[in-house]
Amino acid sequence: MKRITIDPITRLEGHGKITIFLDDRGDVANAYFQVPEFRGFEAFCEGRPVEEMPRITQRICGVCPMAHHMAAAKAADAVFGVEPPPAALRIRELAYSAFVSGDHATHFYVLAGPDFIVGPEADPAERSILGVIGQVGMTMGRRVIQHLQETHEVVALLGGRFVHPVMALPGGVSKAVTAEMQTRLQEIGEDLVEFGLFSLDLWRQTVLGNPAYREMIESEAYLHRTHSMGLVDADNRLNFYDGNVRVVDVEGYEMARYAPQEYRDYVAERVEPWSYVKLPYLKQIGWRGLEDGMESGVYRATPLGRLNAAEGMATPRAQEAYEEYLEAMGGKPVHATLATHWARLVELLYAGERMLELARHPELTDPHVRVIPDGIVGEGVGTVEAPRGTLTHHYITDERGIITRANLIVGTTNNHAAICMSIKKAAQSLIGGGRPVTQGLLNKVEMAFRAYDPCFACATHALPGEMPLEIRIYDHEGQLQTQLQRHTESTGPHARYEERLS
Amino acid sequence: MEKLKLAVYWASSCGGCDIALVELGEHLLELAQLADIVFWPCATDGKYSDVEAMEDGSIDLTLFNGAIRTDHDRHLAELLRAKSRLLVAFGSCATEGCIPSLSNIRGAAYALQRASIDNLTSDNPDGIVPCAEYVVPEGKLSLPALESRVHTLQQIVPVDYSIPGCPPHHDQVWRAISQIIAGELPARGATIGADPRTVCDQCPRTRTGRIHVSRFLRVHEGEPAPDTCLLEQGYLCAGPATRAGCGALCIGANMPCRGCYGPPEGVADQGAALLGAVTAGLEAKSDGEIRAALESIADPVGTFYRFSLAASILHTLGSDGEGPNQSCVASQEDRP
Repeated sequence: MKRITIDPITRLEGHGKITIFLDDRGDVANAYFQVPEFRGFEAFCEGRPVEEMPRITQRICGVCPMAHHMAAAKAADAVFGVEPPPAALRIRELAYSAFVSGDHATHFYVLAGPDFIVGPEADPAERSILGVIGQVGMTMGRRVIQHLQETHEVVALLGGRFVHPVMALPGGVSKAVTAEMQTRLQEIGEDLVEFGLFSLDLWRQTVLGNPAYREMIESEAYLHRTHSMGLVDADNRLNFYDGNVRVVDVEGYEMARYAPQEYRDYVAERVEPWSYVKLPYLKQIGWRGLEDGMESGVYRATPLGRLNAAEGMATPRAQEAYEEYLEAMGGKPVHATLATHWARLVELLYAGERMLELARHPELTDPHVRVIPDGIVGEGVGTVEAPRGTLTHHYITDERGIITRANLIVGTTNNHAAICMSIKKAAQSLIGGGRPVTQGLLNKVEMAFRAYDPCFACATHALPGEMPLEIRIYDHEGQLQTQLQRHTESTGPHARYEERLS
Repeated sequence: MEKLKLAVYWASSCGGCDIALVELGEHLLELAQLADIVFWPCATDGKYSDVEAMEDGSIDLTLFNGAIRTDHDRHLAELLRAKSRLLVAFGSCATEGCIPSLSNIRGAAYALQRASIDNLTSDNPDGIVPCAEYVVPEGKLSLPALESRVHTLQQIVPVDYSIPGCPPHHDQVWRAISQIIAGELPARGATIGADPRTVCDQCPRTRTGRIHVSRFLRVHEGEPAPDTCLLEQGYLCAGPATRAGCGALCIGANMPCRGCYGPPEGVADQGAALLGAVTAGLEAKSDGEIRAALESIADPVGTFYRFSLAASILHTLGSDGEGPNQSCVASQEDRP
């Protein structure tokens, strides 16, 4: 049995590894994507006061701390049985919308954009954010940087700091919005909407206008027929901050719609000895292994999954963009993994529009932003849509609000099984059948999971550069046959491929 | 002038320290002029084999963030120590252990059990935990093994300087990097990119010097007045035992400091220092009143040592035995 090891994959949080096994004919027998990172938050949340969870669990991720901050605050609201005042809910959702806008933009422009804007077949040295700026020009490049800075400014303005903000606590937020702050938030909100429209235009011109890209997006190599999950409002429109979880099946029919606190009736997590991350699946179907299709419990909670699970967008321009997307992709449900990028841009526009709506709300500056709890329920679930999937925090406490049990199902974890499958399928389509292993393999294997924007790679969202890969192919006696490497030039993000035969 | 050879690495971390570097903004472009990035896994294509191939001492500066959690983290700490002229512990995880070192209270085996087996949504009737080695029909898969507890970088290898913070504030990061580039460094072992005073010295709120409550309040229990000291209003605030440098950002958002910049200059144990400051400030007269006030603190270890448990004197209470899955070998054949 031949083995191809892609190790280290340095754009994962910590360390990552892909191992592909080839059978005697050189076809892919199996492929494993391993997440060798473990920090054990669930255990050490025990003994901590629940009101501190928004500031503790955000240390899970320094790129999406706002998602954990909000899910934890919502779960803690429920533990104390308090409903924050309207202004506090608006402030929370406003900050969250700005965060989603910034997070989606960093993924598209820095991480995924190079594949489309510069090109999947381009010289790898150019396939980076610098290459993107080279293509779109410095003016547009500055616009991207300005967008990121403005979304960071919103989070810092409301939450004290950009990384690990401190605003949300059970019963509300720590700080009200002043009239002066509101003026600035409105200015930024207008920019975020413009940026969403600009990004969709760029997608239309660069990707949709290119038949080769359309073919790749629709190709079998990047297709998985899975169920879809996402948070929706009362009218089944997508919502990031609040709502019910809706699941539609492979054919697009609703198979579940539940309040977040019922999540244990719907989702279970398979434990595998080969990875520190678990593999969630839909309980009503069960675990059938790393398989797609109607009979498998594997689902996706990505932008693609969310747009399948929702029946529309709650803001007008995003709704137009959503309709255009569905029409072009042949209607719901969409299963083409690479269309996730397009879905993400529809969400980017929605997040901007929603942020602006909230910034314009006449009662945003209401100073009443706290409710002081006067009792305790002792259990609470908080769910938000993190950029990378449905994020659930569940706490059980004693009568003082000290945590006795915690359970966290994190955005990317939802998609772990699908990511494993996508890597295997891309590998199967590229390797085998007597085809030579080329350096193009590297980028196409990367593209298979890059669409998911996995949070293992969180810090790379904001940084230039290609994933460093080393692929070694051994013969069945364990002798190194081919080694493919991408090297770093000493100047930084410029990389090149090199093929060595030994 | 020859450019500085710079490496940035993350061990067990959240990625926030790398974001803090990105937050350098235009200084990042300046840094690119002054330094060649020879290894930065999240930004460039460097591989472990590239680092292994470098000569010892050939990296001028390594900014190492993240704690030491697995045998792989330990290996990289040792490798980068050997290759680097200056090794800097960057951020709270590397310098103090940060929040994830609260895991040391019950240890790694408990953490693994709670996540994998004894968990509200785990489907795991056979009690499987992730194993260092797993045999599948096609071959063997391996995972880095967990160590028995979380360590700071300094506890594994000698460290030249430390930059505190969760994450370090970007202005302080730039100050520290400028200091290093200019060669204007204090004695080895010093903390840089911070202020030797305490957060209280940077805090704009007014203080009287006395804590005016008979019991401490938790943050959800009241709305603090905006202009007076949070600790004196009864909200436990780590300001008196925390190094300045952040600009008191959390306090500015009307929330108490939790101590992410670690202890101030000359203080070895942040938790003991905070406990001392709190006790000394109490207006309570009798032992009974003092005891009653301290007993109202909901989570003493998680409050006083929120960010610094691994670096604290309590660290010596832990065990350094074999990690929970270090010699775990499982096979797909043995599974039902």
